[in-house]
Amino acid sequence: MVEYRIDRRSGVATYLQIVQQTKQALRMGLLEPGDRLPTAREVVEATAINPNTVLKAYRELEREGLVEARRGLGTFVRATLGTHPADSPLRGELTDWARRARASGLERDDVAALFTSVLKEHFEGDDDR
Amino acid sequence: MTEDTALRAELLGRKYGGRRGGWALRECDFTLPRGRICALVGPNGAGKSTLLALAAGLLRPTEGTIEAPARELLAYVAQDKPLHPRLSVDDTLRMGRELNPGRWDSALAERVVEGGGFSSDTLVHHLSGGQRTRVALALALGKRPELLLLDEPMADLDPLARHQLMGLLMAEAAEHGTTVVMSSHILTELEGSCDHLLLLHGGRIRLDGPVEDLLAAHTLLTGPVADLAPHTVIESRTTGRQLTALIRREGPVEGPWETSEPSLEELLLAHLRTPEGAAA
Repeated sequence: MVEYRIDRRSGVATYLQIVQQTKQALRMGLLEPGDRLPTAREVVEATAINPNTVLKAYRELEREGLVEARRGLGTFVRATLGTHPADSPLRGELTDWARRARASGLERDDVAALFTSVLKEHFEGDDDR
Repeated sequence: MTEDTALRAELLGRKYGGRRGGWALRECDFTLPRGRICALVGPNGAGKSTLLALAAGLLRPTEGTIEAPARELLAYVAQDKPLHPRLSVDDTLRMGRELNPGRWDSALAERVVEGGGFSSDTLVHHLSGGQRTRVALALALGKRPELLLLDEPMADLDPLARHQLMGLLMAEAAEHGTTVVMSSHILTELEGSCDHLLLLHGGRIRLDGPVEDLLAAHTLLTGPVADLAPHTVIESRTTGRQLTALIRREGPVEGPWETSEPSLEELLLAHLRTPEGAAA
């Protein structure tokens, strides 16, 4: 089960925060196929947000094929999100790259900016939600 | 009133101080669909309490009409949280049960009262403001109303109690489809909880509709000073060469501006700061 943390000052729409946090939990393996998401009642009681916001987030997750609503039972996880285990080759390469960036004198913010710009270049136009 | 409507006003008006007084509310037209959580917002004296009392059937319109569910299907918590001071909390809830045969949800009423830091045999007049609010909300929610009218419900509560009770309120709405109208000055609090908005100013409705639609219809822009026509400017400020404005769009925004969708708070503040500005 996940617990959502809503930041009302973040500027990110509340329903998107729920969508993103669910996806993050899927990536991290905190949610697996068959797991039940909290009911709208449970989410709103803990967060005091509007019930329709939760339903909207769940509809979005359902539209993306990640969860399914089973009538009278709740909303269940259907799929995982492609996770790369901590020791995958990609991670190793990125670690090497970060090391080289640091050695060449880049600061953390420079690296982040560089990484973001490359991400943007290669994933432009993808559904980033 | 149709099945999907919880509350509807047509040319609703109310004078205070009898027929010779001024208008507290005038020419109000709106329809609130069922199941919405509606924020009722406006400066002091805008007519919020008058509107709620009219909806609750405690005041009669001077002109126009307001349609609401029957009295046993609605609950109203007035700003001063009127309760019988000589009754204990227990007796107050027992009264709720007896006045609402067949509807009363005592488990829910007790949940609302719990966490208030007082025992149920305390007399109402020994309670603090926030504790009285709890008891008044317990009475209102225990009734399982279709329409819940709350006048400044959270004003007396500490942040923790506010969050807990707002959560309970939302949970009840989620489970039973209760329609809620609540007036408040705490804009950040309304932001995540309300999906419908009624903005009153000077006794008239300035904005009315689903929050999502209202936000999408407005744009916050910054950039060089220029003519913003054909858009409706709600509020604008110029600092040197830079213009900051909140507009209601007429068609797409074209120009050298940075644009973003306003938050509910930004939208409300802009409308409240410009009393005579472009009306909805």
